[in-house]
Amino acid sequence: MSEQQQVWTRVCRVDEIPRLGARRVQRAQGPQVALFRTADDAVYALLDRCPHRAGPLSQGIVFGAAVACPLHNWTIELASGCARGPDEGTTPRFAVRVEGGEVALLQSELDTVAIDVEPVRAGPCGPALGSTWSSPLPPSARGE
Amino acid sequence: MKKSRLVLIGNGMAGVRTLEELLKIAPGLYDITVFGAEPHPNYNRILLSPVLAGEQTIDEIVLNPLSWYADNGITLHLGKTVTEIDRRRRRVVAADGTVAEYDRLLIATGSNPFMLPVPGRELEGVIAYRDIADTEAMIDAATRYRHAVIVGGGLLGLEAANGLMLRGMQVSVVHLAGWLMERQLDDQAGALLRQSLEARGLKFLLGAQTEALIPDKDGRVMAVRFKDGREIPADLVVMAAGIRPNTALAESAGLLCERGVKVSDTLQSVTDPRVYAVGECAAHRGVAYGLVAPLFEQAKVCATHLAQFGIGRYEGSQVSTKLKVTGIDLFSAGDFMGGEDTEEIVMSDPFGGVYKKLVIRDDRLVGACLYGDTVDGGWYFKLLREGRKIADIRDKLMFGESNIGDTGHQGQSRAAAMADSDEVCGCNGVSKGAICKAIKDKGLFTLEEVRRHTKASASCGSCTGLVEQLIMSTAGGDYSSAPRKKALCGCTDLSHQEVRDAIFKEHLTSLPAVYATLAWASPDGCATCRPALNYYLLSSWPKEAQDDPQARFINERSHANIQKDGTYSVIPRMWGGETNASELRRIADVVDKYKIPTVKVTGGQRIDLLGVKKEDLPAVWAEIGMPSGHAYAKALRTVKTCVGSEWCRMGTQDSTHMGKALERALWRMYAPHKVKLAVSGCPRNCAESGIKDVGIIGVDSGWELYIAGNGGIKTEVAQFLCKVKTADEVLEVSGAFLQLYRKEGWYLERTCHYVGRVGMDHVKRRVLDDAEGRRALWAELQFALDGEPDPWFDFDRAKVDLRQFNALEAAR
Repeated sequence: MSEQQQVWTRVCRVDEIPRLGARRVQRAQGPQVALFRTADDAVYALLDRCPHRAGPLSQGIVFGAAVACPLHNWTIELASGCARGPDEGTTPRFAVRVEGGEVALLQSELDTVAIDVEPVRAGPCGPALGSTWSSPLPPSARGE
Repeated sequence: MKKSRLVLIGNGMAGVRTLEELLKIAPGLYDITVFGAEPHPNYNRILLSPVLAGEQTIDEIVLNPLSWYADNGITLHLGKTVTEIDRRRRRVVAADGTVAEYDRLLIATGSNPFMLPVPGRELEGVIAYRDIADTEAMIDAATRYRHAVIVGGGLLGLEAANGLMLRGMQVSVVHLAGWLMERQLDDQAGALLRQSLEARGLKFLLGAQTEALIPDKDGRVMAVRFKDGREIPADLVVMAAGIRPNTALAESAGLLCERGVKVSDTLQSVTDPRVYAVGECAAHRGVAYGLVAPLFEQAKVCATHLAQFGIGRYEGSQVSTKLKVTGIDLFSAGDFMGGEDTEEIVMSDPFGGVYKKLVIRDDRLVGACLYGDTVDGGWYFKLLREGRKIADIRDKLMFGESNIGDTGHQGQSRAAAMADSDEVCGCNGVSKGAICKAIKDKGLFTLEEVRRHTKASASCGSCTGLVEQLIMSTAGGDYSSAPRKKALCGCTDLSHQEVRDAIFKEHLTSLPAVYATLAWASPDGCATCRPALNYYLLSSWPKEAQDDPQARFINERSHANIQKDGTYSVIPRMWGGETNASELRRIADVVDKYKIPTVKVTGGQRIDLLGVKKEDLPAVWAEIGMPSGHAYAKALRTVKTCVGSEWCRMGTQDSTHMGKALERALWRMYAPHKVKLAVSGCPRNCAESGIKDVGIIGVDSGWELYIAGNGGIKTEVAQFLCKVKTADEVLEVSGAFLQLYRKEGWYLERTCHYVGRVGMDHVKRRVLDDAEGRRALWAELQFALDGEPDPWFDFDRAKVDLRQFNALEAAR
């Protein structure tokens, strides 16, 4: 690995993350990164997307060294990013460095890991109505 | 240090299951050696019947392939029968001289078939029905012989008869009792079963006493003779007249045996604590269980003791029965015969082939016998185990759980009739095919396992009966048995009730105090227990216990409702569902300013703004300038009202005013689950009070109060509580009931389930009969709610962590 890829970027102090909680980190590009702090002040970083339906893991309940996704309650291990069985799936993890209470992430990872992932969409801008609706509604039903 | 040695005698379902449980919780603790008399790895003995019937192959019923033993470092001795246990030198010896030493010994030798003591029992062509060898002998006989006689019309005998008939033999079943399966069915259901099996071509000789088996000139059986002199031809005789615990080995080792190896609640032999016994060979409190669900419960407990955790006791099981003959549905449990002190509810449709009998004693279901339609077997079994009073559902009991009102499972009543593509679980979109595949591929046995792997029946639970039928037909056996007391979560053995009681009795006011006092297994709980504990603390010790935001689900931390794309919905409170032009203008301006994509009117008469970005939440709340609607919380949601006597020409009472008064008195009220109220101004009930946690209906002479209704998964019509005259009484009675629910309800238990559990009588006693108690409850609730902050404005006091709304920047 080249020198340039080993640059650590400061993100926050450990105490800016709630204990048994999380913060989100905005990147220049790509989905946010979730920073977790356990009861004993260990800090982990994962892509803020559950491998199941892309729920924001940063909003989940942290316990032990795991987080429960807020959407469908999958449990994701903070150290590995892997779903706890019997569910299967992994979310990308990010290296974390904690020194003197300062949390830093690797700039090379922030710049490259999972930057082109499609965002989840919901609502009128999301995917077209479910498969039940194969043909467009008649104008009268659309309120035209 | 040298590892301890564990020897298992008996390579069957109970013993190997114990090893699996042990390896799960304490891998590598023992050097394990297994002796099996049969030359096969552990297989699913219950599925021998489908193998005999040609519906499955032997390979398909293997539970633990040889590779499993190798992967787990288990020394496996197949085809070796242990003939001696030397307890002094702590070793076992097999017939071929193989010796294994042990520190702990697990006996799981199962049972032996009972061979009728009649002349000719040793003839060629006379076999039992117990293992793969027997099954293969029967399959082989079916290709060469014509007449089969089964001795015994119980579960096993009928399955053998059905299998042999499907393989082309002419089969007669000889049975001593007056009807089939007399230990599982009453005479009526037995008669229906007989009819149905006769229509398939089986012949029955009931009340027949076998006298002798007659040999032909080559020494093979050729006929069966009865006491009354009749003789019937028989080229194959299958003895299926019961089983006996296989305890010869244990007895020869001096272990106390009484109808099985006598064991304690920890599954240890009462003679020698180094020796454990599980399964059909073990007698626990005088009972040797022959069904798989109890064996698995024993395995679990035994494993915790082998793992030296020393927790868990086996306290016996109640069992139910189903028959594994494709196309025949029957189920029985408990005291299905009934007696002088019982009442019966019976539904009988002999032409339709449906018969159901429910046996009731002292207002509790104590037995059930179902034939033809068994989808509710699991539900009856649950009622029976729980021993709950059934007066309130008695009129609907016969028609099953789905008729008490579940949505979303198409009224299916027979899993067997469904196509693979048919949806079983409407909540999670799981098809029959997917469930069957998971059961087969992953070797699932219990309802809990199927729920974890497939999510089927894991949400609303209304398809539980169907899923149980699928487990039954795919994995065999009845695996629905569950402990009567359910632990709150994996962090504790205590139930919700025990935790509630302890928090109150021990005056616990913080999560760390709970973890320490109640010996929690994890340092900071889990996503299941933490929200529950936090609620129990706050509801038991208002103004005193510490609220921990990190113990709340995200919606109660960010005070908005998370959506599938990670955005939030915001629902401002509109008292009684009333709004005005300036509120609507502010809402419209916020929608424009923050580009909120969807605005929707809710069922609770509020306006829902969907798709709000998390960072916009505080500004949206501030600019709307209305109180939090708590539409995201386990708390009072809405009080829905009709326009009432203010405008309506039919109205008899001012329902809007009443609704607003209730909502102002009760908002900010956290509860075990969400709480919805409605007030209608006349019996036309336009506010739908009949399906609310508290529903109020104005009549000319006052107000009627209904409680414990539900419009959700389990559509439940609210039950009449009382009629009162004044608005103040409405407030006091409603508040008292809700406070009772807040103090006694289990976390995530809606009022309909709570009242179902404690009974309407209990609620009436506390809220109606005891006037002083009612006022005290109402005062307690007012005390708890007094001065509670609005989390949309009073961030500090509501402990809203504002940092969550801003993302951190990765500084370059």
